[in-house]
Formats: sequence, structure tokens, C-alpha cells
Amino acid sequence: MRKLVLLLSVFAVLSLATFPVYAQAGEGQTVMETHWLAMAMAIAAAGCGIAQSRAVAGGCEGVSRNPGAVDTIRLLVILGLAFIEFLALLTFVIVFLIR
Amino acid sequence: MGHEEFFAATLFNRWIANPLARLLGIHAEHDVLPAHVVMILLVGLALVLLSAAVRRRLSVDKPGNFQQFLELLAEGLNSLARDVIGGSARRFFPLLGGLFIFILVCNLLGLVPGFMSPTSNINVTAGMAVLVFIYYNYVGFRLHGFWKYMAHFAGPSLAVAPLLFVIEIISHCARPFSLSVRLFGNIFAEELIIATLNGMFPFGISLPVMALAVFASTIQAFIFVVLTMVYLGGALEDAHEEEMPSAEV
Repeated sequence: MRKLVLLLSVFAVLSLATFPVYAQAGEGQTVMETHWLAMAMAIAAAGCGIAQSRAVAGGCEGVSRNPGAVDTIRLLVILGLAFIEFLALLTFVIVFLIR
Repeated sequence: MGHEEFFAATLFNRWIANPLARLLGIHAEHDVLPAHVVMILLVGLALVLLSAAVRRRLSVDKPGNFQQFLELLAEGLNSLARDVIGGSARRFFPLLGGLFIFILVCNLLGLVPGFMSPTSNINVTAGMAVLVFIYYNYVGFRLHGFWKYMAHFAGPSLAVAPLLFVIEIISHCARPFSLSVRLFGNIFAEELIIATLNGMFPFGISLPVMALAVFASTIQAFIFVVLTMVYLGGALEDAHEEEMPSAEV
């Protein structure tokens, strides 16, 4: 199973890396560069998703253990989500700037 | 984005801003005001007129629907600020409430066809973030004095103070950056997604995303204000207290 996952991921990276390298996408930028920019956003979104889900899971667990602390936990979770989201947004802004 | 035409901005420039600029002796080839400035002016004007109208018919005996909504908003913000900042929270209500309502209206304006969110321009959000940064530092200096406020940055023990001081200064300088980029990135991405969906699919597909955008706009305005509260609270608390700061749970 682990070997299969490893093989598949290597295959995914290779297939991405050998994507139409020579095709032009206008304004002197190859298609590949554009695809890597999209890939950066995808990685950022994936990491952001994992982190946010962990944060929300922790918040839900905290609320179910101690329903009295809903207000504090809600504030903390929203703040934490904002901080996590900022990392993905930073990637978005950078992708947009060097597009 | 950026070079789109917004009819409100075009009309405003044609009828008000350009003649005014010519009157002042400024000769510009293009429109004088960029779209986001026009939108800010519109939001400001609308909010001033709305508050004036509401203020005239405020009543204790039979409050209207809108007055009750505003009271709910103010009460909620106030109690939250009391939780986060502490006893002196009422002092900052004009700043916090103003920021919240302004950002909320700005965010929601982008969902009206023909208008754009001023907050999808980095200059607007950076302006507000720098205002918050300068204000909370001013409050801290004012309350503690120069040296005691500087002791905030140095941390609890003298041994690690030089290291912590540098780190804290950097993290404080990153605050306006993160505040502005967070708001800008959210609203900008949201508008971009809606524009892309409208370009790809027939009208109506983007409606669920717009519903989500209403939610996200509110959350973003809320987060901006909450972070302002947190920063203000950090500037107001005493430097390196020995006991844990009283947790009001």
C-alpha cells in the first residue's frame, strides 16, 4: 500500500513535470509556468484545508467537552482560522503578483 | 481586474470629480478618481446619510426595526470588546464599530452588480491596517510611557530580552501587513471567483458562491475588528505580569 502510494505520487509529479513544456501561453510565458502557479495554489489550499479541519475539529471537541466555554472557543477558533487562512491567501497574492 | 468600467465610478467622475478637478486647476486626461476611491466615497456618504436619518428618529419608547438591529450590533461588539480588551473597552467603541460597519458595507457592495468592493484594492485595506497599527501603538505609548511600553516587547526575563525584542518588533511590524493582506486577499479572491464563474457559466451558477460571499464578508469584517481588539488589548495590558492574566471564562 505504501509502495503504491509512493509510486502514484512519483508518477503524478513526473506527469506534471513533463506537461507541455514547449507550448507557449502568450506573453512569453510557457504553459508549464502557469501550471506551476496553479500547483502552488493547490498545495496551499490543501495545507490550509488540513490545518483548518484540525482547528475546527479541536474546537468542536472542546465545545462538546465543555459547552459552557462556547463563547471563548468560538472566538479562538475564528481567530485561528483567520491566521491559518492567511497563509493560503499569501500564496494567492504571490501567485497573482508573479502571474 | 483594475481596468474594468463601473458605471457608478464613471458617472461620479464625469459629473462630480472631473469638473471639480478642473475647477481646482488640475488637468487630467483620464478620470480623476480610481474606482475604489469613488466606491469609498459612496459608502461613506451612504453611511453618513443613513446614520443621520436613523439618529433623527431614534426613540426609547418604540424603537424601529433598524434601530433594534443597530443596538444588537453595538451591544454585541461592546460585550466582545469587554471580553477581549477589558474594562476600558467602551473608549474604543467608535473605532471598532466604525471599522466593522465600514468594512462590512464595503465587502457587501461588491456583490451588487455595477459596483466593486473598495476592500478588493490593497490600498484601502492597507490604509485601515496602518491606521490600526498607529492607533494601538499610540494608545500603548500614551498609557504606559515610552520605556514601560518598550518593556512590552522585551518579554518577562532579562536574559532573553535582546532576542525577544527583535522578534517582537518584527512580529508587530508584520501585523498591519497581515491585516491588510488578509482582508484584501479574501475579498479579491471572492470577486475573482464570482467573475470567473459568471464568465464560464450562464448567470445564476454563481448565486451559491455569492451567498457564501455574504457570509465570508461578514466574517472578514468581524475578524478585522477582533484582531484590532486583540492588538489594543495587548497594548493596554501591563508588561510581564507575574500571575496569569485573569481568564474570564
